[in-house]
Amino acid sequence: MELLCSLIIGALVAASVYCILRRSIIKFVIGIAFLGQAVNLLVFTVGGLNQGAPPIIPADAKTIIGSYADPLPQALVLTAIVISFGLLVFTLALAQRATKAVGTDDLEAFRKTDS
Amino acid sequence: MLLISAILAPILGSIVSFTVTKHWTRWASYILAIPPAALFIAFASQIGNITYLETQSVSFEWIPALQTNIDLQLDGLGLIYGLMICGIGTLIMIYAGGYLPNDARTLGRFYTYILLFMTGMLGLVLANNIILLFIFWELTSISSYLLIGFNNESAEARRKALQALLVTGAGGVSLLAGLILLGTAADTYILSEIIDQGHALASHPLAVAALPFILLGAFTKSAQFPFHFWLPNAMAAPTPVSAYLHSATMVKAGIFLLFKLHPVFGMTTLWMVALPVCGAITLLYGAITGLFQRDLKRILAFTTMAVLGMLVMLIGLGGELALKSALLFMIGHALYKATLFMTAGNIDHATGTRDVRILGGLKTIMPLTAIAAGLAAFSKGGFPPMIGFLGKEYVYKTSSTLEAAAPFITAIALAGNAMLLALAFKAGIHPYWSKPPQLAKGKPYSRFLPHSPHEVNKAMLAGPLILAFTSLIIGLFPQSWSDVIISPALSEATGVDTTVSLYLWHGFNVPLLLSACTLAIGLTIYAMRQWLWAREGVATDIANKDTENVYNYAFSQFVSQSKDLTHKIQNGSLRSYLWTIIITAGALVTYKIFALGTVSFEHTFDNVHFFHFALGAAMLIATYYAAVAGSLFKALAGIGLVGYGVALIFAINGAPDLAITQVIVETLAVALLLFASLKLPDFRRLSSKRSRVFDAILAIGCGGIAIVMTLNATQIQLAPTISSQLAEWSYHLAKGKNIVNVILVDFRALDTFGEIAVLGIAAIGISICLPRSVSDPEYDPSNTTLGRSLILSMGAKILLPVCIIFSLLALYRGHNEPGGGFIGGLICAAGFVLYAFAMGTNKARKKLRFDSLKWIASGLLLALASAFLGPLVGKSFMTALWLPTFNLPVLGAVHLGTPLIFDIGVFFVVLGFATQTAYAFLDTVVPANKPASDSNPQSIEPKLAPSGK
Repeated sequence: MELLCSLIIGALVAASVYCILRRSIIKFVIGIAFLGQAVNLLVFTVGGLNQGAPPIIPADAKTIIGSYADPLPQALVLTAIVISFGLLVFTLALAQRATKAVGTDDLEAFRKTDS
Repeated sequence: MLLISAILAPILGSIVSFTVTKHWTRWASYILAIPPAALFIAFASQIGNITYLETQSVSFEWIPALQTNIDLQLDGLGLIYGLMICGIGTLIMIYAGGYLPNDARTLGRFYTYILLFMTGMLGLVLANNIILLFIFWELTSISSYLLIGFNNESAEARRKALQALLVTGAGGVSLLAGLILLGTAADTYILSEIIDQGHALASHPLAVAALPFILLGAFTKSAQFPFHFWLPNAMAAPTPVSAYLHSATMVKAGIFLLFKLHPVFGMTTLWMVALPVCGAITLLYGAITGLFQRDLKRILAFTTMAVLGMLVMLIGLGGELALKSALLFMIGHALYKATLFMTAGNIDHATGTRDVRILGGLKTIMPLTAIAAGLAAFSKGGFPPMIGFLGKEYVYKTSSTLEAAAPFITAIALAGNAMLLALAFKAGIHPYWSKPPQLAKGKPYSRFLPHSPHEVNKAMLAGPLILAFTSLIIGLFPQSWSDVIISPALSEATGVDTTVSLYLWHGFNVPLLLSACTLAIGLTIYAMRQWLWAREGVATDIANKDTENVYNYAFSQFVSQSKDLTHKIQNGSLRSYLWTIIITAGALVTYKIFALGTVSFEHTFDNVHFFHFALGAAMLIATYYAAVAGSLFKALAGIGLVGYGVALIFAINGAPDLAITQVIVETLAVALLLFASLKLPDFRRLSSKRSRVFDAILAIGCGGIAIVMTLNATQIQLAPTISSQLAEWSYHLAKGKNIVNVILVDFRALDTFGEIAVLGIAAIGISICLPRSVSDPEYDPSNTTLGRSLILSMGAKILLPVCIIFSLLALYRGHNEPGGGFIGGLICAAGFVLYAFAMGTNKARKKLRFDSLKWIASGLLLALASAFLGPLVGKSFMTALWLPTFNLPVLGAVHLGTPLIFDIGVFFVVLGFATQTAYAFLDTVVPANKPASDSNPQSIEPKLAPSGK
């Protein structure tokens, strides 16, 4: 499973790097979306995969016994998912605003806008 | 008490300045003069209580780990400085009320800055911790920058203020280095303990290294050659500022430091050479250049420089007598210099000019100003019975008792004093008592002045008169105050308990003879004033060869080189920035992988189910497809697929919370991207083939590094203690069975709070990028194909309450089972977003009751409030509190506690964020009042088709 996940992470990183280097601003946004997914999956995978029980204490018990998934990376990733969503939509809003202000979606044209 | 209020009173005054000047413009100067006046009285009440052995001190912990604490101490030196800072400060504040235009904004700015500056000065002289001293030292630099550049509409004033800031600021940095070295050498950051170590400390190698840095700091601050040039330039400030900065405060800060550190460094060679040499050069330079000046304020500025040179020279000579004369000279200078600056301001105010050549005969028009200026000039000239006479007598007493260097130092002191006398008369006697110049026959003199001259108002007379008479009175009765004021300060400076008693009359002796010579030479120079003024070119020649040129060259080079470098690095091309970032990051990761040594590939596909292979393959294909897609909709389809795939991975690996969150977020993200893309141009192929190939190679390289890194990282055995400890505590300490949720709302709640705050900030950012004004049209689906869908609108209406109920359930049970504030908030938001798709944002906003930003704000407040309940009952911040468990019919055992309140806060923030974002994007899509514009419904239909596949 680790191998599979790492291949997916690699593909996502490659896609992200390729997309954010494009001149079209919307492709840049797509790259950011990929980046968020790549990093979330990376943290989750690196934290240790365990195809076992979720880290939830059974209703009739007071502690969890046996094999269970590590709760700490999950807590980190849960907020990271929401934050990367926030980053994505903020980038999107910024892209929309910038496109309107500059009048083009070509990022190379943006360099002429300051100084 | 006094020590703390000495710091707090002026800073509080500074904070309320704008309010006071706004509401009580007329009386603001008197109201705001209360803090310094009260402090002056408080300091004065300590006279006699403070001796070498008895000081007052107070200490508060601030950053004990860095030995940086609020240590304050009032000793003899601090007392003299405190009296000068507060006494002269009070009079300056009142004076400024009369001098500056009666405008609330100008006055507010002035009092804010000057009280801030006063805080810095008082802190500097009271600080007993070297780091604290540095902080206040910097505060004086920064606030003096604001004061010198007070006329901020003048480019010249700004330039000069910046010059003063850069010179004194560079000195400040050097001082910090010196102080840290000294503190390390002494093994303490407490100033009094450092000084108690005395001469012995000076031979420590680190202390030897510290001295040049410290001297650099003191010399820049006190305008010693070769850093003197900022001082005359600082005359760009309004007169009250010059009067304050150049008499009692700013420039005396360096002198203060030298006095203070004399017991440690006084016997070192560097001290005994650098101080007298630089001091003597500054003295002669300032005095000689001053002779050619025609501007009243510049005359005074150069005399300030000269006096500072004299003081540094005296401190460098060392010994009880030299330090005593330095102290007396300094007190005398503070009093007469403040007076002369203020009277110069009065002349400026009354006549509209400061050019001494066209001034004269003002004694009849401005009699009170003339009296003050005359007294101050006599004090400065060293006439008995003024305080200035005492100072000068002791200087000669010092110089004539020196062994080897006596003739040399005496000559310098004599020349300096004589020129100071001439300059004093030029500034304090000439404008009032000289005959008015004969500019043209038959016309009255006042016609040649910009204003018709008049005596100034009371506020502008109080300061000069009080200070001038103080010079007279303390000069008359030195025996009554010298023991209580000078003795403790002198003891601090010498490091030995010393008793001083001064007398005005010392009989006929060498100093008196020298005084007579000073008088004769000084008056001769004064008589030649018109001849000197006609040769202003000499001063210009000197200025052209000044060290200021070095500063100017360095400054312009720095600016132009920085500009070049910035243009090279910040070239505006996002692509090159990203290449830099990506390559750096990739190189660092690669280095780390190899540095760790064991690159292992022991992973196999054992235990991987066929279904997992299918999932992985689908995700890889979707990723590739999305990355190279030719249209946005294809890319979005790919992204959506990948996102759901990630959710499945979470689900397979025991993370139901993550899976749920990922599914909802992915859905929202794709929907929003879809809607936003209607306003964005579609994909265009802009890059050249060459750059596409290069980027692809880089991308594949990065992907490869990511794979190796992930595989390596999963091999590392993490210490299992944290997670298992959290799991063990989860129920016992936090009464929750869903460990992920417990971590989020209890164990690591502060992190979560930071994250929801980020969401709030992002929501504000989005509302700025996509602003919505009242007149703007709102998204209305009746203009789109979606609006015609009955199923959608009916479905949305039914699903909204269902979503709300589900979300509340998810929120409530989240502590024990999958769910929680994040998931609940997202489910709830999904209901509202769907409703907005179907019914329009207008209706959806009404359904939401409150503005989305208000939901976010209340969520953040709720989360914060739950964190503060702990401290209220005496537990630490964010400690969870629980009500006793009770049973309810349907819900069973109910645990209520602050983590639930916190989770509700998270719920509100997530709900507010998602709805705010979605509504903002929907509003940009289709303007309701122009359905047939650029993005009309017809154009949507064909575009939507591919994503439906």
